[in-house]
Parts: sequence; structure tokens; C-alpha cells
Amino acid sequence: MIATSIPRPLRGWVVPLLLLALWWAAVRFGWSTSPLLVAPGRVWQTGVEQVASGKVFAALGASLWRDLVGFAIGATAGLLVGALLGTSRFAEKLIGPTFHTVKQISLFAWIPLLSVWFGLGDAAKVAFLSLAAFFPVVLNTFEGIRGVPAELLEVARVLRFSRAQRWRRLVLPAAAPSIFAGIHLGLIYAWLATLGAEYLLVSGQGIGNLMIDGREHFRMDMVLLGVFIVGFVGFALNAIAGRIEARALAWRGRSVAQF
Amino acid sequence: MPHAGTLQIGQLSKQYVVNDETLPVLDHITLTVNPGEFVSIVGSSGCGKSTLLRLIVGLEADYQGELLLDGQRIVGTSLDRGIVFQEHRLFPWLNVEQNIALGLLNARFSEAEKAQSVREHIALVGLGGFETAYPHQLSGGMSQRVAIARALVSRPEVLLLDEPFGALDALTRAHLQQELHRIWQAEGITMILVTHDVEEAVYLGDQVVVMAPRPGRVRRIVPVGLAHPRDRAGLAFARIKEDVLAEFAGEAAAATVARHAFRHDDAPGSGWPLPSGLRFAL
Repeated sequence: MIATSIPRPLRGWVVPLLLLALWWAAVRFGWSTSPLLVAPGRVWQTGVEQVASGKVFAALGASLWRDLVGFAIGATAGLLVGALLGTSRFAEKLIGPTFHTVKQISLFAWIPLLSVWFGLGDAAKVAFLSLAAFFPVVLNTFEGIRGVPAELLEVARVLRFSRAQRWRRLVLPAAAPSIFAGIHLGLIYAWLATLGAEYLLVSGQGIGNLMIDGREHFRMDMVLLGVFIVGFVGFALNAIAGRIEARALAWRGRSVAQF
Repeated sequence: MPHAGTLQIGQLSKQYVVNDETLPVLDHITLTVNPGEFVSIVGSSGCGKSTLLRLIVGLEADYQGELLLDGQRIVGTSLDRGIVFQEHRLFPWLNVEQNIALGLLNARFSEAEKAQSVREHIALVGLGGFETAYPHQLSGGMSQRVAIARALVSRPEVLLLDEPFGALDALTRAHLQQELHRIWQAEGITMILVTHDVEEAVYLGDQVVVMAPRPGRVRRIVPVGLAHPRDRAGLAFARIKEDVLAEFAGEAAAATVARHAFRHDDAPGSGWPLPSGLRFAL
């Protein structure tokens, strides 16, 4: 069978390569003459030019920097709020309802408010990214801490754990899979929001701005180059987070269901 | 050597309050467990035998009556009282050695003594070679051995066992019962086993406490005067088992009699003054 004759590590490449071939064929055989359809070679060339001139690095660097700063602020705040909600029933009663209402507001609905408060510059974008990373981190941290098995908490009581021991030896390791999942999601959301912010708060530098410029000048090769870079960065961030997660949670063995 | 504890339970009662209604769980339990003795507690579900164990280990509070270990009233948990639950309750992110060492986190031992005690207890439960295995790599029986080692590593005076082999298959269970007997003799400490398996109770116990449900009380204490190792197929063993089972049967009869509002001049349980249908049910 074809499916089994392709080596396992290469199977993921089948669909992208087929799409690339289709794209190439569409241009080569003139299936469409629309100026929207540019040749793969043209995009590659643009990529090489942009790299050579350093423009693409400046744009990517600006986007990534905002992404990381926003993610760091949002995730840190998310961890603190999630831990507070998870630990204290009082805090949950006090802040919980507000939090659960606010999280229902679409992220993009914050844009007008943020632009009024922070202007159209980097500050507003970073604030937007922080919000994007904040919610999944809070929710998963909260659920991770609340989900520490009562049976193991009893063991901690029988073995006379102090408060610090309970946190270090039981609560944090037990909640870690969920917390990591939240951070992982936060990282992805922040990157998605990075692009959203560049579109909606148009000013300054960034990969999104590169794409907007491309669209405005009718340079489809620039737009497509942007799409590839954004996809690649997202893929890389996801892979890095997955790697760290797998390492930190090696005790789970192969199966997540074990827990 | 650890010294074995004397446990004195006198007129112990415990209630839960559910929806403003008081629900008696334990009713005037009196029981003395001598140092180094092995006591089995059997009873049908709802007789409060697990609650009794949770009171002794200190996970439950608010009781009336006396609950004394070596003359001291039991308040909260203590490293003097170890417990093994029905589920192994190991920390999945720690390996065998680390899980057992948790039992010593707050023990007043030097680091060298701790390391030695962990080593000794891994050997005691027969898990040499598995020090670095994680719980998800262990079978149910092996996990329960780790749980036993974790409970014993701080050298408690009393070990409490709450249906520790209830979730295991019959072969593993029989084997672990033998192992537990060996461990009891090696450690020389007091052990209290809660179980619903009458054979297990008779095989391991110096005395078998039969409890009756709603509210939980001691129905009878059956001494098991057999030498170890006990022959499960032997006649004397079978007689004691019958004796214990008869208490259960009596309990069932009393319940049925009450349900049918059956009246008879004789008190229930004396002889067989029961209608033919009930006799069949026994």
C-alpha cells in the first residue's frame, strides 16, 4: 500500500508537498491567470531578498519580542490568579464569577478599549497579547490545583506534610500537567493575538505589518511569505513547548491516561 | 527496634450530620488491642469499619468516648500510626524509592538512617531491583507493596490496613496475605486490618472483630487460637471461619425478621424459630 510504503517520519510532509505541487502546476499550466496567483519561485525569491536586506528579521524580531513580553506578563498574572482561585474558596467566591464573565468577552472586543487606554503603539499590543495568554493559563492552573486528588491530600495529612511540603511535593507536581497545558495554550494564543494586534492596531513594525504592506501594494508574494513565516513560528513555538512539557512530565510514561 | 503500641477503644461513638439529621456511624465500640497483636475487623458495608480505622489514624475527628494509643488520646495524624488504603495512593511522579522516602519526610531520623530505612523496607516488601520504577510501571500487587513500605518506613507502632488487598486478583491476594503475615512477624508491631473477606480475617488475625451495621457496633469478637502458618484447608480453620460467617448470617436473619415484622415468643437468633421461607434465605 502507498500509505505504508512512505517512511513514518516523512508522512507528515505528504500533504504540504502535494499542495506545493498543485500550486506549482496551477501556475505552470496557466489554470488561472489572476494576478493573485504568483509562482512558488517568486515567493522564494522575495524571501531571499527580504532575508538579504534584513527587513524580514526586523519585522519578525519586533513581533516575537512583543509576543514574548505579552506572553510573559499574561502567563505570570495567569499563574498567580489561577493559583489564588485554586487555593482559596473565598477567592473563588469573590473573584470567580467576575472572572468567568469577563472571559466570555471576545478577545477582539478589548481592542477599542485597549487602544483608548494604551494608544495604538506597542503598549496596547502587549496588553492585548497578555490578555490572550492570561485566560487559558488562569483556567488551567485553577483546574489543575482544584483537581489534586483528595486521596493524595489525605496521604499528605497522614505523613504530616507541612504546608510548604504539601505544595512542593504534592500540589505543584499534581497540577503540573494542567498548568503546562495552560501555558502551552497561552503561548499559542499569544502568537495568534500577535498577528491580530498588528492588523487591528496598525502601526509600527511586525510580520503582520509586512503582510499588510504586501496587500496594499498588491504584492501577493510578500503576503504569502508572511503566511509561511507566521505558520513556521507557530509550529516552532508549539514544538518547543511540547518538548519542554514532555521533559518535565516524563513520569507520566507514554500514556497521559495514566494520571 | 520500634515498640508496638497498645490501642484502647472505649465506648467510642461517632455521628455524621447529613441535612440537619444526625446519622450514627459508630455506637459504643469497645476494643483493646495489645502490643504486637493482629486484629481483623470484618463486617458488611456500612458497618463503619473504615470510619473506625480513619478515626484511629486521625483523618476523622469529633468522636465521643475513648481512643487511646499507649494511654494518650489520639488527636490528628501521627507518624506513630501508619495506614495502607485500598488504593495504593502512590505519587505517580515519584519512583518507588522516592515514594517510600515520603514516609520519612518528617521523621526524626538522620539522613543516613532514612536512606537505610528505605533500603530495608524495599527489601522487606520484596521489591529489590524496582527502586527506580514509577507507579505506572508496577502491577497492582507491587504498588500495594510500595504502599505498605511507605506506611512502615517511619517505624510506626501501629499499622492500619483498610481493605488493602480488596482490589487485587485472588492469587495475588493470597500471596500478599502470606507476605503481610511475614512482615507483621518481622516488624513485631500492632496491626489492625479491615476487610470484608472472612478467610483473610481468620488467616491473619489473632482475633476477629465482627461488626454489625447501622449503627456500627461490635457484634462479637472471635479469638483465633491457631498456630502460624495457618492451613486454610484445615478443619480448625474452617470451623472458625464458619463461626465468623454464622455471625453474618445472624445479622441477616435479624434484618429479615425486622423487615417482615415477624413476631415470635423467642428472641431472634435463639435456635431456629423462623418460617420456612426465611430458613431458606439463610
